This record gives sequence, structure tokens and C-alpha cells, in this order.
Amino acid sequence: MSASESDSAVSTAPVESASRTLLVTFVVCLVCSVVVAGAAVLLRPIQESNKKADLIRNVIAVSGLLKEGLTEEQALKRIDPRMVELATGDEVKGIDPDTFNIVKAGKDPVISIELTRREDLAGIRREPRYLPVYRIVGENGDLKKLILPVYGYGLWSTMYGFLALEEDLRTVQGLRFYQHAETPGLGGEVDNPKWRAQWTGKVLFDEKWKVQVEVTKVAVDSSTPESHHQVDALAGATITSRGVENLLKFWLSDKGYGPYLSRLRRERS
Amino acid sequence: MSYQHKKIMFDPIVDNNPVILQVLGICSALAVTSKLSTTITMCIALTVVTAFSNAAISLVRNHIPSSIRIIVQMTIISSLVIVTDQFIKAYAFSISKDLSVFVGLIITNCIVMGRAEAYAMKHPPLPSFLDGLGNGLGYSALLLVVGIIRELLGSGSLFGYPILPLDRDGGWYVPNGLLLLPPSAFFLIGMIIWVVRSWKPAQVEQPEYQIYHAPRPEVAS
Repeated sequence: MSASESDSAVSTAPVESASRTLLVTFVVCLVCSVVVAGAAVLLRPIQESNKKADLIRNVIAVSGLLKEGLTEEQALKRIDPRMVELATGDEVKGIDPDTFNIVKAGKDPVISIELTRREDLAGIRREPRYLPVYRIVGENGDLKKLILPVYGYGLWSTMYGFLALEEDLRTVQGLRFYQHAETPGLGGEVDNPKWRAQWTGKVLFDEKWKVQVEVTKVAVDSSTPESHHQVDALAGATITSRGVENLLKFWLSDKGYGPYLSRLRRERS
Repeated sequence: MSYQHKKIMFDPIVDNNPVILQVLGICSALAVTSKLSTTITMCIALTVVTAFSNAAISLVRNHIPSSIRIIVQMTIISSLVIVTDQFIKAYAFSISKDLSVFVGLIITNCIVMGRAEAYAMKHPPLPSFLDGLGNGLGYSALLLVVGIIRELLGSGSLFGYPILPLDRDGGWYVPNGLLLLPPSAFFLIGMIIWVVRSWKPAQVEQPEYQIYHAPRPEVAS
């Protein structure tokens, strides 16, 4: 900022004159913009790698690979990211899943499509045409788990998370939200480990591969046949809980990953 | 450091605290104090911005035409805030996600603007820098107290490490959810102001008006 001090030497006009005002404005703007632009450009690579590392850390956490005794590095090798075109369920090449920004893509009119109110269960208004999925592969490259980015509106905010499915593509391995702004202590408990643990082992599809999932207000009675589709709602957070149910229904439907999931099922049968 | 400099720097911590005495910077004090890690990052960010913006503005103070002085101060402050924000995003990524817009909002923090206008425009760079540092520390002192109370009683932890075992994890402490919500910081700051003003009555403001007891009108019988 000291560079703008030198302007007194250049100009001899009194401080309050118009030319002096313009000069000071110009110098201050120039110096400040150089400082801001410099910081942004110099720090961008670190910020980008932070974002990427954070995303991968969330994928690893939801995959449950660390619980199986793998280190983070070993787990990283098991992750095989792919880009999927949602409408057709085809995998596409040419888009880098690592740098794909879900939040931005969901708002970009070029790569997202508008949802009608009836379709828009998750409350997201637009959905991207393409999304990254993370296949967790075994030693010899076969699909062991599938991790899908999911998001939807809760009470205050869009909740971004990952859903991990077991090999059968029906059973939940884990569900985890990494970004939301729900009420701390109430809806914010969507990232409480205890509540998350309830999801593990739940079955999201019935025998005919119809989406079957419910967040219930009464405690889940494990003796009933439908209990493996049900999860206890968060106490005091009805709308957040309903948001989670709706976003799962949306992303597992034909509007979401439905076509891709049925393609995977066809491939293996 | 001379006595004068020490006084400039340490006065704003208790005797002339920007939050307690001048009641400035309340918005961010409510928003970022539910967790200590975000509180500390915010404190450092604000202290750095106030100190350096004061120094920078003081350096150019004699060249700023008074007609554009506020906008020049704003430009310098916002540039520093953006740079600070970029640094936090680069080196404290997980905390930057929690702080979201609040670092950016330092631009509108009354403490920064207030010190620039009230002090840096009239004083040389070194005292201005110390004044900014001191006011940042004063803000930090209050935020830390509020942050410690809120995280300890609201989540039973400090810096994310569990201190009081929570009932939902099998312990005995039932956390007070109110302390995680912004209004609780209002109550806490109010109570701190009360305590400090009882301890140092000189900080109590003179009432702006006094109730004048009008003579009872004669009622015509």
C-alpha cells in the first residue's frame, strides 16, 4: 500500500482538487487490484488441491474402506471415478470427475436441466446432466461398492452428501453429508455419527427395484417386514429428515441415477 | 515499546473494548462463536485486517481527499479482507467452510471502519498499527470468552475435543442447544457487558435524558 504514497511527488495539486482526487482513486485502485489479483492467482493451486483432497476424504469416509483396515492411500487406489450422463445412464469420457464442481454444475444453465415442480422431489430446481460417481473396486477391478453424490434441500439449506451402496446396489453402506447449514443441534444432526450409523444396512429398493425408503417419526419396529426400509427421523428436525428421504427418493429414481443403476444391474446379470 | 505504545495497544482490551464499551462488531460475534476453532480463525483474521488496514490508511492519510476518504478506506480494507480470505481458504480449508461468508463480511465490520476513520486518519502509521492490533485483540478477547462458553456448554467440547461427556453418547451432560444458536451470544455479550460495567462503573454511559417529574396539575374540582 506504500506505493500510493509516492503520488504526492507526482502531483503538486492541493489534496482537495479534482485532479488529485482522480489520481488518488486511480493509484489506490491499481495497487489494491494488483494485491488482490496476486493473492488469488498465487493461492489458487493450493485451494484447488484442498478442495479435491476434501472431496476424496469424504468419499473415502463414506466408503467404509477405512473400517475394513485399509489406509487412506490404499483406499485411494480402490476408487475409480467415472462421469455419468444421468438421462441415459451412460458413462462419458472427456469430463474430469476430480475437478467437476457439483454446486456450480447444478446452477449452470448449459450443463443442467430445469426440473418441473412434480419431478423436483429434492428441492434443487435444476439438475446437472452429468455427475461423477465413484466406483469402489476390488483387487481385480470388479465393482464392490458404488458411491453416488446426492443433494437436496432440508430446512434452511441444500445438503450435499454421498450415498454409498453395497455390491448388490440395494443396501446402504453409508450416507454422509459434508456440507449443509441446518440448525445446529437439531437438523444439523444429519452429520451425527449415531444417526448416520442407522443408515448402514438399510435397503433402498424392494424386490421389483422400486425405490423404497422412509424416514419415520415413530421408532422403527424391527419386527415388521418393512423395517429394513425405515430409519428414525431426527428428533426435532422433521423437515430436515423429510428432506433426506426426498433427496434419496429423487436421486434413486429415473430422474436421478436410476438409468445408471439399472445399466449396472443389466451388466452383471 | 514505550508506555504510550503499550497504552494504545492494551487499552482496547478491557478499558476501551470495541465490543464491550462501543458495542461494535456484534454481528460476527454472534455468527462465528459456536465453535472455538472458527472463533480463533475469525479473531486472527479480524486482528490482522484491522492492524494492517490501519497502518495502510495511516500511511496515505495525508493524500486522501476528504470527499472520497470513506471509499478509499473501504477499498483498502476490502482488499486486505479478500487477501486474508484467500489465505484462510488455502491454509485452513475445513475452517474456511465453517466461516463461509463471515470472513468476507469483515469488510463491513464496524470496528475496522471505525478505527480507520477515528484513529488512522489522524495518527502516524506505528500508533495506528498498534491501535488496530489492540482493537483486534479486544474483539478477540470477548469472542474467545463467548466461544469457550458456547462450545463447552453447547456441545460439551473445546476445539472439538470432548470435555463433558454428552448424554447422547452415553455420558451425563445434556447439552444446551440454545448456546449453539446465535441469540445465545446476545445474552452472553449482554451479561459480559453488565459484569464489566459493574466492575468499572466509568464505562457506564450517562443517560441521554432524565425523567422530569412534572408538578401534579391542579385538578379543577
